[in-house]
Parts: sequence; structure tokens; C-alpha cells
Amino acid sequence: MKLLSAFRSSYLNRRGTTFRSLDPSSFDGGFIPKPSPSSIFWLAIHCLCCLISLILGFRFSHLVLFFLFSTSVTNLYTTTAGVSQLLKLKPLEKANVTAKSSRVVVGRHGIRIRPWPHPNPIEVMRAHQLLERVQKEQKSLYGVRSPRAVIAVTPTYVRTFQALHLTGVMHSLMLVPYDVVWIVVEAGGKTNETASFVGKSRLKTVHVGFDQKMPNTWEDRRRVESKMRIQGLRIVREEKLDGIVVFADDSNMHSMELFDEIQNVRWFGALSVGILAHSGNADELSSVLKMNQEGKPIQGPSCDSSGKLVGWHVFNTQPYATKTAVYVDDKAAVMPSKMEWSGFVLNSRLLWKEPVDDRPTWVKDVDNLLDGNEEIEDGPLSMVKDPSMVETLGSCGRNVLLWWLRVEARADSKFPPGWIIKSPLEITVPSKRTPWPDSSSKLPVVTKEAKYNQPATEKRSGKAKRIKEQEQ
Amino acid sequence: MTNRLSLSAILLFLFFSASSAQHNVRTERISGSAGDVLEDNPVGKLKVYVYELPSKYNKKLLQKDPRCLTHMFAAEIFMHRFLLSSPVRTLNPDEADWFCSPIYPTCDLTPTGLPLPFKSPRMMRSAIQLISSNWPYWNKTEGADHFFVVPHDFGACFHYQEEKAIERGILPLLKRATLVQTFGQRNHVCLDQGSITIPPFAPPQKMHAHLIPPDVPRSIFVYFRGLFYDVNNDPEGGYYARGARAAVWENFKNNPLFDISTDHPTTYYEDMQRSIFCLCPLGWAPWSPRLVEAVVFGCIPVIIADDIVLPFADAIPWEEIGVFVAEKDVPELDTILTSIPTEVILRKQRLLANPSMKQAMLFPQPAQPGDAFHQILNGLARKLPHDGSVYLKAGEKVLNWTAGPVGDLKPW
Repeated sequence: MKLLSAFRSSYLNRRGTTFRSLDPSSFDGGFIPKPSPSSIFWLAIHCLCCLISLILGFRFSHLVLFFLFSTSVTNLYTTTAGVSQLLKLKPLEKANVTAKSSRVVVGRHGIRIRPWPHPNPIEVMRAHQLLERVQKEQKSLYGVRSPRAVIAVTPTYVRTFQALHLTGVMHSLMLVPYDVVWIVVEAGGKTNETASFVGKSRLKTVHVGFDQKMPNTWEDRRRVESKMRIQGLRIVREEKLDGIVVFADDSNMHSMELFDEIQNVRWFGALSVGILAHSGNADELSSVLKMNQEGKPIQGPSCDSSGKLVGWHVFNTQPYATKTAVYVDDKAAVMPSKMEWSGFVLNSRLLWKEPVDDRPTWVKDVDNLLDGNEEIEDGPLSMVKDPSMVETLGSCGRNVLLWWLRVEARADSKFPPGWIIKSPLEITVPSKRTPWPDSSSKLPVVTKEAKYNQPATEKRSGKAKRIKEQEQ
Repeated sequence: MTNRLSLSAILLFLFFSASSAQHNVRTERISGSAGDVLEDNPVGKLKVYVYELPSKYNKKLLQKDPRCLTHMFAAEIFMHRFLLSSPVRTLNPDEADWFCSPIYPTCDLTPTGLPLPFKSPRMMRSAIQLISSNWPYWNKTEGADHFFVVPHDFGACFHYQEEKAIERGILPLLKRATLVQTFGQRNHVCLDQGSITIPPFAPPQKMHAHLIPPDVPRSIFVYFRGLFYDVNNDPEGGYYARGARAAVWENFKNNPLFDISTDHPTTYYEDMQRSIFCLCPLGWAPWSPRLVEAVVFGCIPVIIADDIVLPFADAIPWEEIGVFVAEKDVPELDTILTSIPTEVILRKQRLLANPSMKQAMLFPQPAQPGDAFHQILNGLARKLPHDGSVYLKAGEKVLNWTAGPVGDLKPW
């Protein structure tokens, strides 16, 4: 009893002065020592209200009293369709009487919650359309004024890692918000493998074959790739493509900011490439990093404090002097060439046969080069008479916009053509939790050798037998 | 021949109009009910005389607590400083149109930095007594050509609790003066008809230090950071913000379009610049510095405060710039915001991009043309010339010097 009355009095106190005017007289007052019938009755009503409130989740008693004793009708918030009545409803305090009549009342208000406070999918769609439109407007106001097409020249050849590399380049180019022309030059002639990637990209593509096969040493590979890029430039000249030529090597990773930044180039630009020379050997890498503390793995333009181009940052190959890879599948670190092609972009009008009016004099006439009469030796800088006039991009090379990485598989590695498994696999390894009953829970260590070394040990034979069974 | 000439003239005209239209696409001129007045220069339109009050009303308070310079009520201090060195200031009070009294009533701060208004009425009263006894200009009009900057929660009602503020009403001695205040709500006791509403003080250098390039795409739909429930003062909810902020939280906490929460990230200003809409709901008072921040960062303010009067309401057409949502419509906020036509949103963004709009909301040090100081002076200039009836005959008294609660009559 005491507890209940204490509860009741505290309940009253919490509601404060607001409720006193509306309280029925039998609710005020404190503790009634003798349980008279009326008090029991009110107690029962109170308990009932409490139970109902517990179930419903709001102060039911308030609602009852409010409906019973409130006189002002404006408190009912059944406004527009869809907004049901309040979950926390309390009667409003009237504002202190003033000469002005304000719509807005001071005091406790209900917290309006609609019955299903979750997002409406149609509205979400509309909001996304609004966002897109606002972003488009932003781009047109503050972005590039007249965006030019991006012409990406990619030399490639069929090998195990081609799928990995080409998918990366393809996805990057598909995300570019400008027009893209993708020129893919393939060593060893056109193949269906590459054609499938080129076709999947849904971009404007030019896929040509190059008569040489890709050699197996990095040195030779670089030379052939240069020739393939010149072939790509020849195509730009023939088709009179208009835009910015980017050398998108298939194993590089490009950032989206790269394509925004190159829109600023006028004739011939240079940007910074992050060089990730990695042999895959963790110990070697850490020792190399220790040696390479001062140098940065960047290749790109370098400016003085006034922003003028003063030199070129090249990758320090010293620490790798004894451990560079020669063959494509060597385990040692692969070194970049002196000046990677991917760090340079040029205006396609430089390559056109017809003389363009304001072609700069500091760029050599490339017709000779493209006609095959010259060999290009040191990378794209040899196309420029005066290297100090080259435009710098990415705040003078301070922003690294793409990364160079060379990862290839072993020379004899095979992969399923088109990466579609047509014939059944030679080796199957059951997973740890397999639904098939006759495999053990331990993962058997199966290698190619195990197939041939049959009765080596007891254990081994069991596994080998199983393998044979699965084969059949 | 004439045909070709007229054709070429038409083409030339179209070309020029197209190119000029392209130039103006970024921003749009802003003109409110008083006309295109945002860029008016007040110099030459009015003269202000600044009273020399003893430093116990201003400098000493500031020395005691220099935090008064950085909180959102700092407008009174900066307005005084601006006027001291402004060309509109005159040292001859006989030719002055307006009189400024440099009092800092909100400079009495608690340890946590909130101003206590309990002594402010007494301070104002004692200052006005000083002014009326030392200079004859107060008695000429009983203060009708004087203005006071009262940037506190409920202006010259000098209380932070709305009910108590309404009870007090505007200080009786200030009934005839022009009040320059941040609080504005229609049909409210604490907003006098001729008052000038100003934005709350927000530090301009701090905001400008966080600007990001304008081509960063706006990817947040609705943004808000702040309290939804004031657990210290209103634990049950429903009192704080008239339940509007709590309604926003309850209805939209699960909505991915609404980036709303109570924590205060370090990238608060940068995030506002990446949002399309910024909520500016009322708190204990209807105004908040969020409006200033939203305007400076180009985020369309969504104002949820019934009957609010926004800063410089006659110079800035707020209906065209912000979105007004009635407190009863808060559960439908997402429907309201997504049903705004695209063209309207783009237009609002163009208006917000107007640099004179942003400048009008700020109090830069030193003052720059078009900023809030100049807008206040423009507002005062628009109230000139004073109506002849404000000048009282000698000996005539209108104000009741003994009105108000007894506590106010004590000397300060």
C-alpha cells in the first residue's frame, strides 16, 4: 500500500503543476490509511490503467483523463492522412495571457511520430535523382569547362594475369565520366580472350593485333610495348581522334582523379606515378624499404618552390641492383623503365598529319616516328625537343594519380581459356565441412606429386585412393 | 540587305544574351521586400552618435571574461567596436539620427559559458538612467531614436526560459527604443514591431578555414548535428524545441537519407558543404547559428520553427532561399523535401551562392562592405526619417520608470 501510494504521489509530482487543473479531486491527496471502497476502486482503476499503459507503451491514463476532462479540441493532432495520434500525448499548457494571440503555445508538446517511421522507397529514389542532378549542376558550374575525350592506349598480350589486369583497366575506363576511346594493341595478333574483355567494356574500342609475340625478358618486353604504343598512336593519327591520349598499361591502377586532372593538359603533360616495385618476398621488401628510406617510390616531374619544372624524379633502382628480375616470371623485384610511358599524357592533335595552328614548337614532329623511320629509345620524353616546357599535372606531381605494378605468373602457367571451366578439374580438395559422408574432417594435403607417388605411406595411400575414386 | 542586317543583329543580340546568361548562371541577385538593398552603402544615409559610458558597462565586463568575444552573443561587442571606427559615426550628437549605447548585458557568464540574464535588466536600467541624466537626447524622445543591441535568447525580455521571458516582457524602459536582436517570432511579446533581427555571431575565420573546393559533389541529402533531447533540463521530452527535434529523431533515425546524430565530428563544417539540406530546427529559442553556417556553406536551410522571423527579413527573401516546414509537418519531412521540384532546389542553391548573401550573415573583423554590421546600419537607415510624433514636448513623460518586477528597480 505504502509503495503504491508513494508511487502515486511521485507520479503526481512528476507531472507537476500542469496536471493539477485537470486532476479529478480524488486523485490528489496522499496516503489513505484505511482501505475504503472508493479508494480501492480508484486503486483498481489506477492499476488497470498502469497495466494497459504497460501493454500499449504510452500513458493510457493520461489519454483517458484528457478525453474526459479536456475542453479544447485543438489538442487532437489528427492532421493529415498517415499521421496517427501521438504516442506521448500530454495536454498543453496555455500561454500566459497577452494582448497578442500567438499560434505557437509555450509548454509541453507531444512528439509526433508517424506510424511507420521508415524510408519510402519511391522517395529515396527521388532523393537520389535530386542528388544526381545537383551534382551534375555542380560539375557544370565548377568542374571542367569543355571536357575532352580520353583516348587510352593499352598494349597487352594473352597470359594468365591478363584477365586480372585488363579487368582493372576496363573498370577504371568504364567509370570515367568523359567520352572514352580504348585502343587495345595485342601482341601476337588478335585473340578471342582479349576481344571478350574489349567487348564487355561497352566503350568505343579499337582492337588491333601486333605481329610480334611478347618476349620473355622484361627488357625486351619493354621494347615491344613501346612499339605497340607507337602503333596505337598511329591509329590515333589515322582515325584523327580528338582528345587526350593516356597510356593505360594493363597492369597499372588508375585513380578517377587522374582523368579529371588530365583535362587540364594543353599539349604534353607529365604526372607522378607511384612505383610499386615488389618481388612478393616479404623479407626482401622490408630490407629494401630500410635501405630506401630517403628515396620515394615515385616517378614524375619535380618542381622548385615557384612551381617551375626543374627536373624529373626517377625511381631509385640502386637497392635492387643485384636482385632485379630478368625474366618475366622471376621471383625478384621488377624494375620500371627510366621513364614510364604511363606518366605522360598528350593532346591527340599533336599526332595529326595536318598541321594544327598553335602546335607548340617544343614538341618534335612525330610523323617520322609514327611512320616507323625512327626508333624511340628513352621513353616519351624523346618526343619533346625541350623537356623543360612539359606541363606538370597534379599540382606539379605532388599528387600521385596512378600506380605502376608489374605482377606476372610463371612462364608455363596455364589458365582455362576465357576463364570458363569446360573439362572437369584434375584435382578436387574437399572443403572442411562437406556434406558428403565419406570424407574425413581433416583437410588432406594433396599435391600433384601425391597423384604419382601412390603407395608412399599408409596415410598417403588412403588419400590417393580417395582421389582416384573422385577422379572416376 | 536590310534583312541580312537585321538577322545578324538578332543573332548578335542572342549571342550576347546567351553568353551573359551563362555568366550569371552561378548566382542570382537577391532582393527582399525592401528591394535590392543587400549591397547598399549606409555611409551618408545616417549618422550615429556613440555615448561614452563608464567602462563598468562594457570594458570591465569584457576584461573579467574574454569569452564574451567568441560566444554567439558577441554581436553587441563587435557592433560597438565597428561603430567607433565607422564613417557613419559622428562626434556631434546634435546632428545624429541614431544613438548607440555600448552596454554588454550578456557578458555575465557561468563557468560553462552560458550568459546569466538576471542582472541584465538592472544594468540596462542604470545605464539608461545615466544616459537620461547626463545627456538631453534621451528625454527628447524617451529613447525613440536610440537603439540597443540585445542578442540574448529572447532579446530584451532578458530571460532564457520562454515562459519567464514572456512574463517579464520587453523591459519597459526600452519600449520606445529600436531593438537589434537575434530573437524573432511573430506575435511574440519579446519582438517589438520595429525591431531589427540579426543573425547570431559565428566566427567567420573559423568557418572560412574549413572551406572545401566547390566541385566536391554534394552527396548527403539532409544533415544535422545537435541535441534531440535535452536530458538535463527536459528529461521527458516535449518541452525542448516544442518536441520538434525529438520528432525529427524518432521519425528519421532509420532513414539513410538523413545524416542526423548528436555527436560533433571534426569535419562538421566540411560535411555541411557536402549536403544539400541542413536542418535548422528551434531549440530552447527559435534562432540558432546553424542558419548562418548553412548559408555560408551553401546548404539549403530547412527551418523548423513556427512563426520565426529570420535575420534582415526585409532585405533577404527567406522563403525563396530556405525551406520552411511547420512543426506539425515534421513527420512528413522526407516527403516534403523530396517533392520539391529540381528547378526550385537549383535556384535556391544559386541564391545561396551569391556572395553578398553570405557576407550579410557574417560579422568579420575588420568590417567589410555588405556584412552584417552594414545591414544593421541599412536597416536603421530605412527607418529614417523619424516620425515627428516621437519627439516629445518638454516635460512630457511616456515611459513608466517604476514598471517591472521589484528586483529590477535595485541599482546596479
